[in-house]
Amino acid sequence: MTRRISGNVIAVAVLLVGIAVAFGVGRFPVSLADVATALWSRLTGSPSGLSPSVEAVVFNIRGPRVLAALCCGASLAIAGAAFQGLFRNPLVSPDILGASSGAALGAVTAILLSWGIFGIQAAAFVGGLVAVGAVYAVGATIRSGDPILTLVLTGIVMGALLGAGVGLVKVLADPYNQLPAMTFWLLGSLSATTRADLIPLTIPVVIGAGILFALRWRMNVLSLPEEEARALGLPTGVLRLVIVAAATLVTAASVAAAGIIGWVGLIVPHLARFLVGPDFGKLLPTSMLLGGGYLLLIDTLARTMAPIEVPLGILTAVIGTPFFIWLLATARGSWS
Amino acid sequence: MPIDRRGFLETAALALLSQATTPAFARDAHIADGAGRRVGVPAKVQRVLPAGPPAAILLYTAAPDVLIGWTRTPRPDEKAYLLPDAADKPEVGRITGRGNTANLEVVLSHKPDMIIDAGSTTQTYVELADRVQAQTNIPYALLDGKFDAIVATYRTLGQLIDREERCNKLATWCEQTMRTLRSRIDPIAADKRPRVYYARGPRGLETGLAGSINVETIDFLGATNVARGAPGGLAQVSLEQVLVWNPEVIVTLDKAFAESVLNDPAWASVDAVKARRVYLSPRLPFGWVDSPPSVNRMAGLWWLAKLLYPTLFPEDIGALTREFYALFYQVNLSDADVAKIMSG
Repeated sequence: MTRRISGNVIAVAVLLVGIAVAFGVGRFPVSLADVATALWSRLTGSPSGLSPSVEAVVFNIRGPRVLAALCCGASLAIAGAAFQGLFRNPLVSPDILGASSGAALGAVTAILLSWGIFGIQAAAFVGGLVAVGAVYAVGATIRSGDPILTLVLTGIVMGALLGAGVGLVKVLADPYNQLPAMTFWLLGSLSATTRADLIPLTIPVVIGAGILFALRWRMNVLSLPEEEARALGLPTGVLRLVIVAAATLVTAASVAAAGIIGWVGLIVPHLARFLVGPDFGKLLPTSMLLGGGYLLLIDTLARTMAPIEVPLGILTAVIGTPFFIWLLATARGSWS
Repeated sequence: MPIDRRGFLETAALALLSQATTPAFARDAHIADGAGRRVGVPAKVQRVLPAGPPAAILLYTAAPDVLIGWTRTPRPDEKAYLLPDAADKPEVGRITGRGNTANLEVVLSHKPDMIIDAGSTTQTYVELADRVQAQTNIPYALLDGKFDAIVATYRTLGQLIDREERCNKLATWCEQTMRTLRSRIDPIAADKRPRVYYARGPRGLETGLAGSINVETIDFLGATNVARGAPGGLAQVSLEQVLVWNPEVIVTLDKAFAESVLNDPAWASVDAVKARRVYLSPRLPFGWVDSPPSVNRMAGLWWLAKLLYPTLFPEDIGALTREFYALFYQVNLSDADVAKIMSG
């Protein structure tokens, strides 16, 4: 009990500090006090006395970006935690069933066809859903062997095929215009996030994360061996399908908004397990809190380190790798 | 009919020896290309394969008849501004660049007398050129694609493909344009030069850093590229950073961005947006500022010079556009054509 409280207290505290720091720093000089003034004036309707540039930064640039980072980080972490439980494997990340590869193929194809921003994001979202749908359908038709192992292996081979598709589209792309755009997208970034992006991001995330959150107690049963879970009277097949669908929905939505960002969904659930243990009732909310805070921190670094943006996928890998090794060395006992 | 290199060299050597008596039509056996490599040139050049998009444009402007094909088939709206025979030539793909290695069988199947690349002359491209040349026995010339090198590049190209008169004419036009522009811009004090942000991508948040080939036109015109702080190629930036830079002028390639930025509240406080100095680069048949970086940017120099320094350049951009297209692309433009080009 004390462990759970302290874990979530740490997570909430980290998150709040992260939000405050993220709102208060950036390339454009807008302090936390300015942010507070702007928010207060928006809430009360009184004039803020701030310049339009400052208000634009708070409400149109930095604000949406901070919220999107929280949302994407929480999504990737909860999806990672759910998948790690579902597949009973600590090395699983949200893209295990091809969600990111499918989204990548959708996005680069849309860039090749010179679609607009909305088209690129929609293609990424649909691509992610279709890829996982295909993996699930193929996995479900193969009746021999362990269904979970079959699903994972199908996901890996489909991911490889989709990756080849991305490579093909890159070869076909105009090297002076489309190829750089694809490269930037595939490395992940929130630099172009606007207020309009928040709606298509939050709706699927709220739905998907809500479903996962509601099923958090049942996930404990799923991490038992198949026969034991069935013996407890749980419809494991249906439950697994619902979890895959919900986790895919949140992953696809965040990949569509931010591009490909690895490592968050792999590392954060481990960190959460380290803090609150393997019980999904506690693990899922803590993962979401930590995931949001973690990606927010990374994105704050990405947009403040240098005049140019450092792609998120690069930062998460550079920070994630040593962190993961440290986790392996120190937190081995907390799995299972 | 593949060229017998040895036989050719003997003939060429003989030609060199007899040059003292018959100088008019003799060709050098070897010419230094843009990277300083000695490239053997065939006596007759009838089929030239471009290695990448900049080389294809360069070859088209110099000699559309020898161009074997395009690295990418021109789209219908682009074909309208090219000679019909040349516009309909087949797609040959890219030979080098961006990590692609040459498919030598494809190269040979086009039966080129010569391969021309224009772009980077760094060691990577020199070795690629050497390798393709060694394996195919087809002379492979690497021309310098840098903006400042365009005059020398045309002169070398003229020698390589035996079109010296035409290439010298094009080189002279470029030289005069660059000299005219420079002479008017050079006296301007540094603090009087416009601060320009080059916006790419649908949201305008990709830009060219210091020394990037993508901003060579802007650099040439003495404008201050706001993203010059870091050296490199293309990079992503955040809108917050653009607000800090607060450019006076925005130049963009993207129509959707050019249309949306003027009404976007997030961009409203940028000086360029307030002054409505957001300029969409013309792109037919090839981009005027960038994309691909070849001689097409020469038209963009005049266009951008007039926009950056309106008082210094009273020339009529419509007339200049007609002149450039007639000379380089060999097409005559109607008023409607010019208007269409200018609309981006």
